[in-house]
Amino acid sequence: MVAELAWLFILLPLLSFLLCVFVTRPYPRLSGYVTIAAVGATFLLALVAFWSVGNLPPDRTLESSVQWVVIGGSVLKVGLIIDSLTAVMLLVVTLISFLIQIYSQGYMAGDPGYSRYYAFMSLFTASMLGLVLANNLVLVFIFWELVGLCSYLLIGFWYQRPAAAAAAKKAFLVTRLGDLGFLSALLVAFNTTGNLDIRHLIDLAETKQLAGATLTAVGLGLFSGAVGKSAQFPLHVWLPDAMEGPTPVSALIHAATMVAAGVYLVGRTLPLFLAAPDVLLVIAVIGGLTAFMAATMGLVMTDIKRVLAYSTISQLGYMMMGLGVGGLVAGIFHLLNHAFFKALLFLAAGSIIHSVGTQDLREMGGLRRFMPVTFLTMLAGAFSLAGLPPFSGFWSKDEILLEALRFGGVGQALYILGLLTAFLTAFYTFRMVFLAFGGHYRGPAVTGDHGHDHGHGAPHESPPVMTVPLIVLAVPSVLSGFLTFGGFFGPFGEFLISRLSWHPHYEPGLDLTTMVLSAAVSILGILGAYAVYGAGWVSPEVFSSTFRSVHTLLVNRYYMDHLYNWIARRIVLGIAGLLDWVDRYGVDGVVNAIAELAVMAAGSLRLLQRGWVQFYALMVTLGIILLVAVFGFFGDIIAFLRG
Amino acid sequence: MAITLNHYLVLSAALFTIGLYGALAKRNAVTILMCLELMFNAANIAFVALTRAVAPQVLTGQVFALFVITVAAAEVAVGLAIVLAVYRQRRTIDATEIDLLKW
Repeated sequence: MVAELAWLFILLPLLSFLLCVFVTRPYPRLSGYVTIAAVGATFLLALVAFWSVGNLPPDRTLESSVQWVVIGGSVLKVGLIIDSLTAVMLLVVTLISFLIQIYSQGYMAGDPGYSRYYAFMSLFTASMLGLVLANNLVLVFIFWELVGLCSYLLIGFWYQRPAAAAAAKKAFLVTRLGDLGFLSALLVAFNTTGNLDIRHLIDLAETKQLAGATLTAVGLGLFSGAVGKSAQFPLHVWLPDAMEGPTPVSALIHAATMVAAGVYLVGRTLPLFLAAPDVLLVIAVIGGLTAFMAATMGLVMTDIKRVLAYSTISQLGYMMMGLGVGGLVAGIFHLLNHAFFKALLFLAAGSIIHSVGTQDLREMGGLRRFMPVTFLTMLAGAFSLAGLPPFSGFWSKDEILLEALRFGGVGQALYILGLLTAFLTAFYTFRMVFLAFGGHYRGPAVTGDHGHDHGHGAPHESPPVMTVPLIVLAVPSVLSGFLTFGGFFGPFGEFLISRLSWHPHYEPGLDLTTMVLSAAVSILGILGAYAVYGAGWVSPEVFSSTFRSVHTLLVNRYYMDHLYNWIARRIVLGIAGLLDWVDRYGVDGVVNAIAELAVMAAGSLRLLQRGWVQFYALMVTLGIILLVAVFGFFGDIIAFLRG
Repeated sequence: MAITLNHYLVLSAALFTIGLYGALAKRNAVTILMCLELMFNAANIAFVALTRAVAPQVLTGQVFALFVITVAAAEVAVGLAIVLAVYRQRRTIDATEIDLLKW
């Protein structure tokens, strides 16, 4: 494959975006087909790209650069790179995007914004592919902001709902806070090296030319961008609210691809972090902390999409932790598996929401009889998320835990935290499954409208256009874990490290103790959920009343939102109010005072204009006399002053 | 007693001052125009006298005076036309009452 073809990945969906906006807008179904065709074509391209990379000699990559800006002697080059990491990301993004575009035809059917939806989805796919292809941090940043924009537009897709508009704004602002760090990192790096080519930066870091405080600053900045985008603590608060968007959007953007961009960025620039161990430690600790905190919050959510949202945050934390202990393969492998099973879980949740017209788990129940396909596919995703062997999540979670154990020191604490999180994950996942599918249907027979215009009778299975993508996604959710043993181009880990521009440390191997432990906590979690929510041996109220304070803390999401609201209201608005006052009365006051003075002076002076021509003549005469007097008496002084 | 340059200049200054006073103080527009003529002629006397006293071989001052007389004639024509027009409009040529262009 010619490297220049890489540009097609961006151009095809971009073309479909333009078509949807300018041509097919009045023909919704056509917009859908255009998008599906464009994304399908990129999927085929991704297969070609994957095959080409696999056939490259080791350590070689495909790269295509163009000159972008030429200022004097310095040339700013931007380009696309396809290496093993990109090839994997391309496959994940295009396949999931393709399936979700198909699924959306069912989920979004009849929505007045159908064309707009597909236009945004096309734009998102183009931006996301650009993000994973870019070989230059400037280009990465541009696409990074573009996916952020698409996320904003799609969270607020139903902008008539105040909650959706607020959530979109929140997501935009919170991620922008992280991007501030990203931008600063770019500025620092450019100031130091004059070149933001990723390979160049990695070379500098590996040869210690980029080191010390500068490297730490760059690393922390990049990670801060990743924290915002990947919803890590303390900027995780936007992701649960982002569930206001349509469910396929949550599946594509806020579960499988965009939120993984932070993890991808850290993975792509991992050598920079490896050269700055302090930053690496920060990543590992933040990742582990996020994984645990989000999992605890997932325990008490009653909205099915929010359970999945906290689960996404938690799993992203897992990936970050994996990268933070230096495990590129482990982190990216989990990204891959998670993308499949979380997209599947979201789409299944969307299928349920589409069917019963509510997102509240308390109003579901007994759905396994009404929606067998959704039930079975969601079960596959849930087993994978819970990390039950041999489902895919089990293998990558194990690799992350193993990397943490090998890391030593803090890694051992993270290992235990990871196991604890795995237990919580299994528990809340199956709490969700049992609440939705087990027992008897608790919802009203007919519910009100929920963005769909068809009335709701009894729950029903979704149309094939929605269930087929579920079935297709269930296959990798079950099987993708086995890629660790072998795929088309050897085991996943070896393929991933073989065609990069640098050489990650990778030590394949499985640790029996870890496998047994993680399988045990997973089964324990599932059994625990069964005991409470499946069989009803213990009432959930027992827990919430015994640990009332903990329960309150979790339901209020650790009061993080309260804290941020307080900061925004008291501190930010306070400073803004002060500045507003200074601007209004200080700066504007001076300007207005000068203007007022001029007006007043003019008001007094104009009274001299009496309209008497002799008065003017008198003034002229007096003026001349004055001038003559001045030059007569002070002529010498003036001559002296003028030299 | 011979008539020296100073005599001419004093005469010129006196005429100019009388003219200036009249132009500023008189109310009748025609009188004001006459006073302006007086100031022109004061200048003419100064021109001619100074040329004669300082550079008798050239005629610069005399030529200047001739030009001033020509311009003064034109000025009076325009001035009287304005006074006439104002009179037709306002039935007065009192300079203090012609004060429409104020503030």
